[in-house]
Amino acid sequence: MSYVLIIGAKSDIAKAVARKYAENGYNLYLAARNSRELDEFANDVTVRSQKTVKLIDLDILDFDSHQTFYNQLEEKPLGVISAIGYLGEQENAQTNFNEAKQIIDTNYTGIVSVFNIIANDFEKRKSGFIVGISSVAGDRGRKSNYLYGSAKAAFSAYLSGLRNRLYEAQVHVLTVKPGFVATKMTADMDLPEKLTAQPDEVADDIYNAQQKGKNILYTKWLWRWVMLVIKGIPEWKFKGMSI
Amino acid sequence: MSFISWGRYPITKNIEFKFENDESLKSIISEQDALIARGNGRSYGDSALSQNIINAKPHDYFISFNEELGVLHVQSGVLLCDILNSLVPRGWFLKVTPGTKLITIGGAIASDVHGKNHHVAGSFSKSVESFRLMLPNSNIVECSQLENTDLFKATCGGMGLTGVILDAKIQLKRINSQYIDQTTIKTKNLKETFDTFEKYKSSEYSVAWIDCLAKGNEIGRSLVMVGEFRNDGKLGYKSKNKITIPFNFPTLSLNKWTVKAFNWLYYGKVKCSLSRQRVGIDSFFYPLDAIGDWNRIYGKKGFTQYQFILPMAASYDGLLEILETISKSGKGSFLAVLKLYGKANNNYLSFPMEGYSLALDFKIEKGLFNLLDELDQIVVKYKGRIYLAKDVRVSKEVFEKGYPDIDKFRELRKTYRMNEKFNSLQSKRVGI
Repeated sequence: MSYVLIIGAKSDIAKAVARKYAENGYNLYLAARNSRELDEFANDVTVRSQKTVKLIDLDILDFDSHQTFYNQLEEKPLGVISAIGYLGEQENAQTNFNEAKQIIDTNYTGIVSVFNIIANDFEKRKSGFIVGISSVAGDRGRKSNYLYGSAKAAFSAYLSGLRNRLYEAQVHVLTVKPGFVATKMTADMDLPEKLTAQPDEVADDIYNAQQKGKNILYTKWLWRWVMLVIKGIPEWKFKGMSI
Repeated sequence: MSFISWGRYPITKNIEFKFENDESLKSIISEQDALIARGNGRSYGDSALSQNIINAKPHDYFISFNEELGVLHVQSGVLLCDILNSLVPRGWFLKVTPGTKLITIGGAIASDVHGKNHHVAGSFSKSVESFRLMLPNSNIVECSQLENTDLFKATCGGMGLTGVILDAKIQLKRINSQYIDQTTIKTKNLKETFDTFEKYKSSEYSVAWIDCLAKGNEIGRSLVMVGEFRNDGKLGYKSKNKITIPFNFPTLSLNKWTVKAFNWLYYGKVKCSLSRQRVGIDSFFYPLDAIGDWNRIYGKKGFTQYQFILPMAASYDGLLEILETISKSGKGSFLAVLKLYGKANNNYLSFPMEGYSLALDFKIEKGLFNLLDELDQIVVKYKGRIYLAKDVRVSKEVFEKGYPDIDKFRELRKTYRMNEKFNSLQSKRVGI
């Protein structure tokens, strides 16, 4: 039986991804803080798909625990997907370094710590896939969320390097860049309908892109073009804009 | 927030409330009024619109499935398509399914939906073993045919006006194929259409597409489709990818000429008076789900579906009169669906009764509501009724005449103080 490991499993995107992989025949390790809170969800996946779902505690900020976390998985996963994301409060983070650090460590440092361990194992086994859910916010820093954006930018660069390194070992790395997604994280924002994806659409896109071995996925697809335009704005112009 | 229903009319402002668990739902209900629960927004009119909307769609966990008995326990936001994806490959299907699989279990109960097998299987509530309902005082009660029967009869078909359905146990049926043997019979007029329904009364599924622009002695000409599940053991069901309509069509693109052309082509493409096909679950039960957001073809002003049912004895005369009136008006309908129903159940507000029902789609335009008012009078004259799940404009008087148990329902609403908490734009309009 084959397992996929999903970290940050409480997020709405992670839940949709979990259902998608189980529906397609994979067993699941769902890792999150206080993972028992996912009991009802794990039962849902099992009833729907008759697949095995195991819950594992993972504190992404407790770097020292990560090796033990991975060692305890009796059967090593076929692939890993990170859906960890912490938007944080930009304004607060500008004055309060603890908030800034939490944004950076959650979205970047912590995942690097876990992914390094898994990447080494996959490289040795010469198989596996790694999916990192980054964000379009990492494509260009904007005043409204550049702390989150900068951590995501670092994560995107990390995934790009990892893909390069693991190419020889035939370990596939997928960078996912969602635009707006209707989740708990964005519940208070007024999002434009045409640019906003539902979590299950994002999950479908991720599953298909991973199965096909794609490198970078924008979801919705429209975001590739939106970001191309945003990245194309010259800096002298961009610095005066509010977008 | 601006929720719209499937007809994309009317457009109203609402406040959305989501709940994580029973406790958070309790606090919403105790603090707010003018509430109505909403599933996937597939009712056509204003039955799931109100000032405050409880979005039950994220409440979508499967709880258990008893493989021996075929009883599925799910939360109310679970979509029918999720049930099919999970259980058709294991040989189970819904005992009753409407023409879309994109509705929630809560919505299916609240509208007491029915399908192509109503004449043999009754409506959705017949497959409901029990459900849990949160009342206005935030007590949770278990309702079934044996327990809290008054609440069961009021909630099935009660359009969300009795509280919030939390989860339900549904009896499924065994199938041994994902394919249906379909027979299409082409009829020349209403008389022939009725005779065909009678002739195939013992078939499991039956429905007719009727050409509502036909005139004179061709009035009522139809394609009657009947079907039975095959028994070939092929269960490898996977729901199809759909195409979507990404924008509203220009309002003018649907007019009587295009509808006429469509009807002519649709009816004309079937050459033989009787033909047989093997079709899949999706094309047999849910042909329109294959086109995502098909409601956009009616343009930005939206559309409505006018669905009524007439008692058996009055069906022929009544339908003839209604079809003549529509034909004269020149207002066409792409989708005109006729069906013979079985016996009514004893729920207070369920739509089905023994007789014939016709459903017609119309885009919202000038003069439409006058025509529908005219049709209402014919429906009332023949002692029929209008389907609330589709309706957006019926008057209190016409509604009441069709539903003899309405006063029992109103009484129960008062007893449980449901009328103080749960209301939709529709319930206010028709005075429920």
